[in-house]
Amino acid sequence: MTELLASLSDGLLLGFVYGLAAMGLSLIWGVMRVINLAHGATMALGMFGIYVIFSQLGLHPYLALVLVAILGVLFGFAVYWIAVHRVINAPYLSSLLATFSVNMMIIGVGTAVFTTTPRTVDFAVGRLQLGAVTLLGTRLVAALICILVTAGLYLFLYRTKPGKAIRAVANNRDAASLMGIPTARTLALCFGIGTMLAALAGGLIATFFPFTILSGTGYQTKGFVICVLGGLGNPTGALVGGLILGAMEGLIPVFLPVTWVPVIEYVLFVVILLVRPSGLLGAR
Amino acid sequence: MRALRYPGFWLTLGLVAAGGLAAFITRSATLREDMFLLLMYVVLASSLNILLGYTGYVNFGHIVFFGLGGYVGFYFLSQQGWALWWAALAGGVASAVLALLLGLAVLRLRGAYFALATIGINEAVRAFVNNFGPFGGPTGMSLNFSAYGAYGGPASALWLTFGAMFGLTLLVLVVSFLVKFSRFGLGLMSIREDEDAAMVLGVRTPRTKTWAFVLSALFPGIAGVLFFFKNGNVEPVDAFRLQMSIEIIVMVMLGGQGTVLGPVVGAATYERLRGYLLTSPVFKNLHLALAGLLLLIIVLFVPAGLIGWLRGRFPRLRRVLE
Repeated sequence: MTELLASLSDGLLLGFVYGLAAMGLSLIWGVMRVINLAHGATMALGMFGIYVIFSQLGLHPYLALVLVAILGVLFGFAVYWIAVHRVINAPYLSSLLATFSVNMMIIGVGTAVFTTTPRTVDFAVGRLQLGAVTLLGTRLVAALICILVTAGLYLFLYRTKPGKAIRAVANNRDAASLMGIPTARTLALCFGIGTMLAALAGGLIATFFPFTILSGTGYQTKGFVICVLGGLGNPTGALVGGLILGAMEGLIPVFLPVTWVPVIEYVLFVVILLVRPSGLLGAR
Repeated sequence: MRALRYPGFWLTLGLVAAGGLAAFITRSATLREDMFLLLMYVVLASSLNILLGYTGYVNFGHIVFFGLGGYVGFYFLSQQGWALWWAALAGGVASAVLALLLGLAVLRLRGAYFALATIGINEAVRAFVNNFGPFGGPTGMSLNFSAYGAYGGPASALWLTFGAMFGLTLLVLVVSFLVKFSRFGLGLMSIREDEDAAMVLGVRTPRTKTWAFVLSALFPGIAGVLFFFKNGNVEPVDAFRLQMSIEIIVMVMLGGQGTVLGPVVGAATYERLRGYLLTSPVFKNLHLALAGLLLLIIVLFVPAGLIGWLRGRFPRLRRVLE
């Protein structure tokens, strides 16, 4: 029982971070109808961002996270204007391949610069003992940051002008543009925010797992699973989806060999896509 | 058989045949190895083209058919002692059956949802094979060296596999042509242009799409068996590389989707380019980044690919370049 609780809480805390990454994916899909295949590579960039700032500049990782977030938005703008803007109205194969080419470039340059030796960001913030369950400090803080960022995103989308513009564009791009909303800039902003969420999630993962430039890809596929669980294009659903996936990753190894986890995850993914493409929590 | 009358048909077949025969005539082992990989990529790209180019469905998991077919064939080869021909056929049939079962379900999804599902399928099958005892789990299976004895020793077995791959490539191209100029192919292309309209006009879209999927799965399955027979072992990491799926898409896009010659040109160009980048001292570390840049440039500026661009630019070439 305690073992069960321990793995569940571990998985749930991790699920918050998964959810944060998937939220970016979901936002970009919901607003732009683009599946961002550079998401995983961006997460890896976030990991290395934290690593470089922490080991070279000696900044505390959580402070570095702020810097990574800002760089993430800027990077997202750049990717949007260079690779995505021209194909935003083209058949979806074009945008899939355009973002994938960005993914290849990031991984190619990253491999040349950082090689593929695993890196770690070496620091700890203690642990919390709740009865028989021990919670690692880094994971608690990460979960907390994820909740804060989600709340921030929610406020941004529903209370500010640019946020409302993003929702309007998601709803109907042509109508929004007729109402005087600068569509292209709004889409760029949306892509920037999505990319920032990926970089943030990557940065948080760097604080508890070793990583290489290739690590992002695995998290990206998890991101797809989460998006489908929570409903593609539904950012808050993504957080819930992340928690479900996290809980599964925590609980399945208790009953089955750990190598079966991806089998169950991806079979579930395909089944949900088939039965309810809009996602378990998505609108019908 | 109208395809036989097109000069483009003979041009494409002639190009590939020249490449394959060159290896046979010179008896050079290096040329054979190069051509083997190249022909394999042509098989993969051309078979993907049936779904991607003709039907307009993006399959990110094309490699799953190569991997699964290879695995099934290899299982019969190494564990059951079947002959290569039967094993290759079994591999192809296994892939086709998987496509048939998946197709009935997955092809209901359109656009990006289908693309996502194919990524999921690739990962699911890889993860499953990783855990599947009879297929050797994560370590895979390997072929006893003496198994090559039945084909006249390893050297002669290598030539034999090469010959088989050569034949398979020609077969894929012929099928590719026949499909393009058939009623069935017309149905596929109408689905690509507008699926709802095609349905209204009487194309049985679910059935047509599923057959296209099955056809595009059959050939990679056979190619997988040949490839892993030549390698002598099979592992999940080699068999289901998502990266390779994407590279095949790049080949099809580079050459020109929806054309028959396109995947051939694309596969050859990409393969040569990658070989050059990998061996050149300057670009060795950056080859992936440069391939990405190339893909981006194609997608942004020449979405029709090399052959498609030529066809659009010089209308006279349309008779020759299919």
